[in-house]
Amino acid sequence: MEYEAVIGLEVHVELKTASKAFCSCSTAFGAPPNTQVCPVCLGLPGVLPVINRQMVEFGIKTALALNCSIAPICKFDRKNYYYPDLPKNYQISQYDLPLARDGYLEIEVDGVKKRVGIIRVHMEEDAGKLIHGEEPGADYSLVDYNRAGVPLLEIVSAPDLRSPDEARAYMEKLKAILEYLEVSDCKMQEGSLRCDANVSVRPKGSTVFGTKTEVKNLNSFRALHRALSYEIERQISLLERGERIIQETRAWDEQRQVTYSLRSKEEAHDYRYFPEPDLVPLAIGEEWIERVRSTLPELPDARRERLIKDYGLPEYDARVITGSKALADYFEKAVSLFPDPKQVSNWLMGDFMRLLNAKGLEPQEAPVPPENLAELLKLQQEGTISIRIAKEVLEEMFATGRGAREIVEAKGLTQITDVAQLTAIVEKVLAAHPKVVEDYRKGKEKALGFLVGQVMKETRGKANPNLVNQLLKERL
Amino acid sequence: MELFYLSAHEAARLLQNKEISAVELTREILKRIEQVEDKVKAFVTLTPEKALEQAKAVDEARARGENLGPLAGVPMALKDNLCTEGIRTTCSSKMLENWIPPYDAFVVRKLREAGAILVGKCNMDEFAMGSSTENSRFFPTRNPWDLDRVPGGSSGGSAAAVAAGEAFFALGSDTGGSIRQPASFCGVVGLKPTYGRVSRYGLVAFASSLDQIGPLTRDVTDCALVLQAIAGHDPLDSTSADLPVPDYLAALRQDIKGLKIGVPKEYFGPGMDREVVSVVRQAIDRLSDLGAFCEETSLPHTEYALPAYYLVAPAEASSNLARYDGVAYGFRLPGKDVVDMYMKTRREGFGAEVKRRIMLGTYALSAGYYDAYYLKALKVRTLIRRDFDQAFEKYDVLVTPTSPTVAFRLGERVGDPLAMYMSDLCTIPVNMAGLPAISIPCGFAQGLPVGLQIIAKPFAEEILFRVAYTFEQATGNFRRWPEI
Ligand SMILES: [Zn+2]
Repeated sequence: MEYEAVIGLEVHVELKTASKAFCSCSTAFGAPPNTQVCPVCLGLPGVLPVINRQMVEFGIKTALALNCSIAPICKFDRKNYYYPDLPKNYQISQYDLPLARDGYLEIEVDGVKKRVGIIRVHMEEDAGKLIHGEEPGADYSLVDYNRAGVPLLEIVSAPDLRSPDEARAYMEKLKAILEYLEVSDCKMQEGSLRCDANVSVRPKGSTVFGTKTEVKNLNSFRALHRALSYEIERQISLLERGERIIQETRAWDEQRQVTYSLRSKEEAHDYRYFPEPDLVPLAIGEEWIERVRSTLPELPDARRERLIKDYGLPEYDARVITGSKALADYFEKAVSLFPDPKQVSNWLMGDFMRLLNAKGLEPQEAPVPPENLAELLKLQQEGTISIRIAKEVLEEMFATGRGAREIVEAKGLTQITDVAQLTAIVEKVLAAHPKVVEDYRKGKEKALGFLVGQVMKETRGKANPNLVNQLLKERL
Repeated sequence: MELFYLSAHEAARLLQNKEISAVELTREILKRIEQVEDKVKAFVTLTPEKALEQAKAVDEARARGENLGPLAGVPMALKDNLCTEGIRTTCSSKMLENWIPPYDAFVVRKLREAGAILVGKCNMDEFAMGSSTENSRFFPTRNPWDLDRVPGGSSGGSAAAVAAGEAFFALGSDTGGSIRQPASFCGVVGLKPTYGRVSRYGLVAFASSLDQIGPLTRDVTDCALVLQAIAGHDPLDSTSADLPVPDYLAALRQDIKGLKIGVPKEYFGPGMDREVVSVVRQAIDRLSDLGAFCEETSLPHTEYALPAYYLVAPAEASSNLARYDGVAYGFRLPGKDVVDMYMKTRREGFGAEVKRRIMLGTYALSAGYYDAYYLKALKVRTLIRRDFDQAFEKYDVLVTPTSPTVAFRLGERVGDPLAMYMSDLCTIPVNMAGLPAISIPCGFAQGLPVGLQIIAKPFAEEILFRVAYTFEQATGNFRRWPEI
C-alpha cells in the first residue's frame, strides 16, 4: 500500500524585544547565569506581570506577514505544570483567545507551489534553562533564569504538510519571513527558533487522519528532515506489520538518529488552563493594526520577484539569495558596488556560502563585508588576478578578515600579463618537454593543457591564462 | 486617654505640634507591645530598631522644616503577606519562614514615603486562608477583647494589634472578608477598597482576582487618611485602576440626609446570630434617625456566593502557590529526585487548610471538571455582580452585618472547615463583585464588638466614608478599647 504523511508544525520563536515579556529585564543572549533577572521573572512572592507592548507589536507584525486575522480582544492564560526551570510553575500563555488565527504561507517544493495554513499565533513566556552537574558523580542541577520570561511566539501550522521536504521548506520560509520582519534572531542552535512536529500517516487518498505522534527536540533543519523521515518510516512499518501506532510524545535522538518515546497520552500533562487574573484582556484596535501594517518590510516573495525583475537573476538564484534576508541584503549591497548581478550571485551561492557554512556563520557575520567581495570581483574582472587566485584570496579574506587588494599585493599574486616575461617562461617550458610538444603537433589536443599547467606552475598560478594559451599556440 | 489608644490623626496632630517626637511616640508603642504582646500575639516579626531609626529620621526631617504628610512619625503594622525589603515576609507559613524579600510592596513604599513607622509584621492565617488566624503555622493570635477568643482572620494580627494599642493602624488584605471580619471581631474600622483601587504589587497572592489591600484603623478618619496614602494607579499592577484618587478626607461629612440605604434581607436570615442581627438592626434605625432612607431589598443570588467563592479562590490559589516548590527560595526538604523534593517540601511546608484549598482548586481546574466548576463559578460571579448593579440603581449604599457572629472561641471551629467558611458569609459576595465595603463598630453583643458592613458601588469609597463617619460621630460610644 502507498502511504502519505500528514505533518503539522508548532514553531516557537523567541522575539528579540529589548526587554522580557512581562518585566523590564534584558533579553540579550549569552550573559552570565542569573544576571538578567528580577523579582518578576524569578516569580518571587507578590510580583505581577506587565505586558510588554513591543512583544505584542512583534506578534501583530508576524501575524500580518502570515496573513492572519488579529483578534480584536485576546487574553492571557496560565498553563500550569511543574518544572524546575519554570519559576512560577505556570507559564503565562494564551489559550482560547490567541493573538491571531487563520493565516497561511506559501512554499515551493520541486517547482510546485503550495499554501500551508496557519491555525494560530499566540504569545507566551519562555522558561529558564537547567544545567546538569557534569563532573563524575554529580547529582545536582543548576537553573539559569536569564531566559525565563523572554517573549515567545507560538506559530501553529495546519496539518497541510505531506513530506519532510515540505516541512523543511515551510520552516525555511517561516524563518526567512521572521528574519525579514526583524522580530527574531531565528538561531536554531541557540534555541531562538524551535520546532515540534505532529506526524501521522495514512493510506494515500484517505481523508481521515491516522494516529499522530508529537516529535520534539528538532533543533536544526537537518534534524527536522531526518526525524520526520525516520518517524514516517517507523509509522508505516508499524502499520505494515499490522501493529497500532500509539499516540504519544517522542523525541529526536541526534546521536542515534532515531525518535524515542518520551511519554504516552495517558501521561500527558493536564495543564489546567485558566484566565491569567493578573492581566486584563488585551484590546488591539484597527488603528494599532494598521500602524503596524504600515511598517511591514518587503517580504521574501516580493523581494524574489524584484531580484528577478531588476537584476535579471534566474528564478533559482533569486530564491536562494532571498531565502535569507541577510544574504539578500549582502547581495544588493555587493551589486551596488560591482554591477554584475549574476557574477555576484554565483560567488555568493558558491564559495562564499561554502566558507560561511564551514565557519558556522550567518551572512551578516561574514568576516568579508560586501565592499571587500566587490573589490575582489573587480580585481578579477580587470584581470589583475585569475579566477583561481580569486578563490584563494577569498579563503584568505575569510581567514584573516583582510581586504582583497591588500592580500593580493602583500602576497604578490598579481597576474602576470607582461608578454616578454611570459614568453621567456613559455620558451623554457617548451624546451623542457619536447616529447609533449611532439604529441601536440601530432594532433594530441590534450597536450596543450599539460603545457598550460606547467606554465601556471612556474608562475605559481599568476600567469594570465588567455595570454599563456595564445603564446603557446603561436610557438606550436 | 493613654497615648497608645489615640487615633492616628490625633497622634499626628501631637507630632505636628511638636508636643511629642516620633521617637517618643514609637517608644510608647514599643513599650505597649512589650506589655501586651505576650498575651495578644499579634506579631510574627517585630522591628523595634528599624522603627526607632525611621522615627529619628522623621524627627530630623521635621526639625529641618520639611513638609511632612499626616502619617509621618505614626507607628503602624503590616500584615505579613506584604513584602518588605530586608524584613522577612512569612505569610505565617513554614514555607516562607525565613524568606526576606528584595523589594517593597507598592503600599509599603507609599507608607514609607509618607513617613509611617513600621513596628512589625502581623500574624495571619497561613497565606491568608482562614477566618480566625488559627491557621498561622507559628501561633494563634488572641482577641484583645477576650483572650480566649479569636481575633478573626485572616488579617487577625493586624486587627488585634490596632485594637490592643500596639499600632495606630495596620494594613491587611481581604480576599473574602479578611479585613472586615477581623475588624468586626476586634471592634476596629476595616476597609476593603474597590478591586483595582490599591495596587497589589508586593502582596503575596492568594486569589488574584479577589485580593485587595486595605486599612484597619481606630476610626473612620484614620481609614480615609490611610487609604489616601496607599490608593492610586501603579503601572506594575495591570489590574490597578488608572483613575484619579479623590480627596477622601473631604468625604468625611456628617450628613446622610436623604441618602438611600438598602438592607438586603438575605444577610439577616438563617445562620445569623440573633443578637448580632438585633445590634445591626439598631444601627440601621440609627441611620434612619440621622436622616437616611432605609428599606429592605433583595440580592437573590447571595446564597451562591460562598460555594462559587470556594471554587474561584482555591483555583487561583492552586496556581499562585505552585511556585513554592523548594527550588529557588523558601523552605526546602531534600528528596531523592526533584519530584520527591517537591512533594516533601510542599507536604511539610504548607499547613492543612492551605493544602485543602490547593486540592480543591486543582480539582476545579482539571480537565473535564473546568466547565462544571470553575466556569460555572465565574457565571455565578456575574449574577452576583448583576444583583449589586441592580441594587445600586436604587440605593446609594447597602448595609449588612459584617459577620454572622461575634468572635468565637479559639479551637471552636478548627475541626469544622464549613463552620469556619460560614463566618465569611456576609463579606464574600463583596469580593466576588469587586466592590468597596467598610466594617465599622456598631455595638456589642455578649460584651463583644459587632461590625456593621456598608457596601457601595465600585470606586465609591467616598460615600462609604460619609455614611461611616456620620454614624461614628453620632455614636462615639462604640469607640471603646479593651482591658488587656
Ligand atoms: Zn525580570
